[in-house]
Amino acid sequence: MRRLRHWGPGLLLLSPSLILLAVFVYGLIAWTTKLSVSDQHDALGSKGFVGLENYKNLFTNDIQDRFTHSLKNLLIFTVVFLVGTMVFGLLWAFLLERGVRAEGFFRTVYLFPMAVSFVASGVVWRWLMNPVTGDGAGGINALFAAMHLDFLQNKWWTNPTWGMAAMAMPAIWQLSGYVMALFLAGFRGIPAELKEAAAVDGASTYRLYRNVIFPQLTPVALSALIIIGHMSMKMFDLIMSVSGPQWLTEVPAVYVWQTLLTSDYAKAAAISIVLLVLVALVIIPYLIYTNRAEKNS
Amino acid sequence: MTTVAAPPAAVESLAPKRKVKRPFGPGSIVKYALAILFLLIVLMPLYVLIVTSFKGGGDIGVTSQWNLPEHWTTVSWVKAWSSLRDSFFRTFQLAIPVAIISSLIGAANGFVLSRWRFPGADVVFTLILFGMFIPYQAIMIPLRDIVTTLGIPPGIPTLVFVHCIYGIPICTLIFRNYYATTVPEELVEAARVDGAGLLRTFAWIILPISIPGFVVTIIWQFTSAWNDYLFAIFLSNTRNGPITIALNALAGAQSPDYAASMAGALITSLPTLVVYVLLGRWFIGGLMAGSVKS
Repeated sequence: MRRLRHWGPGLLLLSPSLILLAVFVYGLIAWTTKLSVSDQHDALGSKGFVGLENYKNLFTNDIQDRFTHSLKNLLIFTVVFLVGTMVFGLLWAFLLERGVRAEGFFRTVYLFPMAVSFVASGVVWRWLMNPVTGDGAGGINALFAAMHLDFLQNKWWTNPTWGMAAMAMPAIWQLSGYVMALFLAGFRGIPAELKEAAAVDGASTYRLYRNVIFPQLTPVALSALIIIGHMSMKMFDLIMSVSGPQWLTEVPAVYVWQTLLTSDYAKAAAISIVLLVLVALVIIPYLIYTNRAEKNS
Repeated sequence: MTTVAAPPAAVESLAPKRKVKRPFGPGSIVKYALAILFLLIVLMPLYVLIVTSFKGGGDIGVTSQWNLPEHWTTVSWVKAWSSLRDSFFRTFQLAIPVAIISSLIGAANGFVLSRWRFPGADVVFTLILFGMFIPYQAIMIPLRDIVTTLGIPPGIPTLVFVHCIYGIPICTLIFRNYYATTVPEELVEAARVDGAGLLRTFAWIILPISIPGFVVTIIWQFTSAWNDYLFAIFLSNTRNGPITIALNALAGAQSPDYAASMAGALITSLPTLVVYVLLGRWFIGGLMAGSVKS
């Protein structure tokens, strides 16, 4: 009874949020899952139970392997997006960490794309990634021509094989600054004593970074990978804005939208759940890991 | 975590600990050359946006597209503004209430989870956090039905409702870590000894020192609601939706009017950019909340 008196008010204050999240996160996920094992393939449709058939169809029986194609697109996009943001993020953080004048200015500029919506930046990137090459070239291709670097001209996201790599460029532009901020906080969080101790031991700058500083950044790098990775899997706005929904650049999140337009709820739900599982596979271990790390600290 | 957050305090840690004077050698030249090169690359899309938005229709020829406008004109801005104006104001009606309501909810939750912890609080917290990582597609199909069933008016009211709900995890996270690092346990304990209950402690002792936390969550939620496209496209349309929908309609045509689209993109980005430039430090605080544990 005393325990209830003690904890009661806190739980009471928390309970509206808990109820809302129980319903709107977990409840709706359950609802979507139920839809995904039903045969509701049109607006009116029945709601019979079909087991995992919708999932099986996605992987083995989709027209032109559309779903696996969207997964392949997502994979290319994610790899390029991750590598790009990590490389630029770390490089920029490293440059600033080495000390530049007007650091605040550089930081502000590197980070500003983060404040812009994907929809707005998509407008300009669609223009920049104009696929026309040669005489009528536009966007970046025109810039290449002006710099006599014509051999760099390419078809960007309209390339059927590697188009998704180009699609990752705007995403890298938007989020490298974010990764930079993470790394910068990581650099600055390293205790000065550690660096001094290494200096006393006569470590060269190279060895200092290689053996002392970079290992300390591992948790930051992990956070960055997880955050960018899960953002990548959910990527929707940018693709809708740059290319619009179309086969070449389709990823699961866009496929869900396209499927809903045909009122195939069961199939849309199945794609959504696959997407959720992919994200959960990355996020849940991470949440457990950070929870533990926090307890230990 | 979009991780457990670094509180605003961590933002200070972005600043260098002390200035070190180094001789200006070849290393420095490479360093500055690279830093400036990247600066130009990052700014390039902004240059294109601004330059193109001030060009008239005839000025957009392929050969001159990277040049400054021959004749500066605001026709494209006028055109963009006339098609975005209504949604521009509607988006304020969306983003401001979302920012305020989510922050209040987050403050209450964060306080309980950091300083009034009950058994199992960690598990509950993790369950709350998971909500901010899910792909919203996984809840979107039934969500549409449920908001209709609940009788929430379509358009902005619906979007306010859903942004507030799905903003709970991040706001809770930000405040939890803020309180965990800035409010001494003794303060809460002292209030408790004096016989103040949870609500009194929260309202009279905690809220007054929560301003920095509020700045971060308000900026964060304002920006997310302003920039959101996914909820908007599922739950509203060009007549009752926010500006991202209107911009996409303006710019998404088969052969778009690039000058007007880019003016539109700038109009759309202006509020969040102003927030970023004026309140950058706290803006970054929200970003870090998206990422580093306390």
